[in-house]
Amino acid sequence: MSKRIELRNLNVYYGSFLAVEDINMVIEPRAITAFIGPSGCGKSTLIRTLNRMHEVIPGAYVQGELTMDGENIYAPEVDPVKVRRQVGMVFQRPNPFPTMSIKDNVLSGYKLNNSKMSKTEADEIAEKALVGANLWNEVKDRLERPGSSLSGGQQQRLCIARAIAVEPDVILMDEPTSALDPISTAAIEDLAVELKDKFTVVIVTHNMQQASRISDQTAFFNIAGTGMPGKLIEYDKTEKIFSNPTQKQTEDYVSGRFG
Amino acid sequence: MSAVTSSLQASASLPRWYNPAALLGSFSLALASMTLSGFEDEAGNLNLAAVIVIGYLLYMAITFVVSRAVEGRRKSVDRMVTGLVTAAFTLAVIPLLSLTYTVVSNGLARLDATFFSNSMRNIVGEGGGALHAIVGTLELTGIATLISVPIGIMTAIYLVEYGRGRLAKLVTFFVDVMTGIPSIVAGLFAFTLFLVVLGPANAINGLAGAVSLSVLMVPVVIRATEEMLKIVPNELREASYALGVPKWLTIIKVVIPTALAGIATGVIIAIARVIGETAPLLLAAGFTASMNYNPLSDKMMTLPVFVFTSFANQGVDTQAYIDRSWAGALTLMIIVMVLNLIARIISRVFSPRG
Repeated sequence: MSKRIELRNLNVYYGSFLAVEDINMVIEPRAITAFIGPSGCGKSTLIRTLNRMHEVIPGAYVQGELTMDGENIYAPEVDPVKVRRQVGMVFQRPNPFPTMSIKDNVLSGYKLNNSKMSKTEADEIAEKALVGANLWNEVKDRLERPGSSLSGGQQQRLCIARAIAVEPDVILMDEPTSALDPISTAAIEDLAVELKDKFTVVIVTHNMQQASRISDQTAFFNIAGTGMPGKLIEYDKTEKIFSNPTQKQTEDYVSGRFG
Repeated sequence: MSAVTSSLQASASLPRWYNPAALLGSFSLALASMTLSGFEDEAGNLNLAAVIVIGYLLYMAITFVVSRAVEGRRKSVDRMVTGLVTAAFTLAVIPLLSLTYTVVSNGLARLDATFFSNSMRNIVGEGGGALHAIVGTLELTGIATLISVPIGIMTAIYLVEYGRGRLAKLVTFFVDVMTGIPSIVAGLFAFTLFLVVLGPANAINGLAGAVSLSVLMVPVVIRATEEMLKIVPNELREASYALGVPKWLTIIKVVIPTALAGIATGVIIAIARVIGETAPLLLAAGFTASMNYNPLSDKMMTLPVFVFTSFANQGVDTQAYIDRSWAGALTLMIIVMVLNLIARIISRVFSPRG
């Protein structure tokens, strides 16, 4: 499963502060969409609205419409918990659950929700997710060890395995490689490319090479100044953004003239 | 050799034997001067405190001068501060060691099988024991824990995970106020509460004592749990939310297990804090010489009250009462020590590994 996400006139607030203003875009299924832009431009804020994680922060809310395959996830009757079951998320810093083993971490989406499953079923899901996250060969002999015993790059892939184990439709990655070394980064990037066969992948990155290497579509965000809302400046095919952008700001940013 | 002077060259330093030698020298000098000057107390004994103070001051003075001359200003100041910190530490430890020694040496005399198998019923002189007090202490503290831990942990969860705005501020304020309640006031509260509900004939019982203890215990549990919940990284909560786990399950299955070691330690420390309370129990649970296993009716003895009453109301054979009092104090100390040990084991077992 993989879903098309449409954002229409989306405004994102922290209390009275408008953080991201008037976003209109369509995120394609079975593709990687990259969000790039300088710090503070609202990329991370926006990606957190895609699974309704934004409203976890006290006082934060969203105006506008955000649909997944035509269904508005901000409709009043929608349960944010159910949205998050369809939209997996990987965070900037690897955050495996410290009290759980590697295997329990992978199965945490089920275990934390008290889902009953047989042992063979659990083993199958764990293996499939770990294989999917390119981590199986490294951890198959120590599934009962704590998740925090892995290296940073392995922990991040464990978090990806945890996210894909519940078979979501969309995977969100908020700067998933910014805390990792180049080799782990390459592993995560390869994985992201594999994941797009099955999922809609959205990735926030500060690394423009990363965006140009792996993404199909790129969205460039910018702010006019501190305290001003972030805006979507340009959104197009990745080759177009990096070779021949329409907007001057985009060109300045991707060519390294600022930011 | 000094032709090459580097700015990185270390200044000369005193040899390693300097410290023990200087200490030995200063204290023997102090001892000698006190003995020779004939500075003794009425009984003709040496004034040991004076020897230690003079020896310490001598050591500090000598070290300052010598170190300043040989090693320079920075190292001499370093030695002074080391001397001060060590002295402060010693001062802090002396009462603790002295107290432990006194309680153990005085308490051992009656720490026998009779002490743990008998009550004080029909005992006026020697013999008798504190079984009734031990049972009472364990029951009362157990009930107090059963009352305080759920209230305390749930209040802490409310404050950390849900509390926003005025109600949370109010609760925090009252928890602060409760922390400062004098224990006798907690005892009066429980006593009057049971007096109003059960009437003067039945007001004093074990449950009343347990309630007064839990009044003292709840704020300690709340504070400890609150601190532990606060240090659970927010990233773990977000990771759980992002998996589509509702908030209440996140708290039960992610936040609490991560903080469990700290919470358990906090609870044990809270127990250790109230198990030695005397004043509220004197009022609310009363005192008795007989066994009473039922906390719901009649007066109930507890160890701290046992220690107090044995000492305060000495009978015909004074020494027997005093010995029992010391043995009671030692038993209480052993219980608290065992609790602390359990806390350490728990925190080791439950803490997240990695």
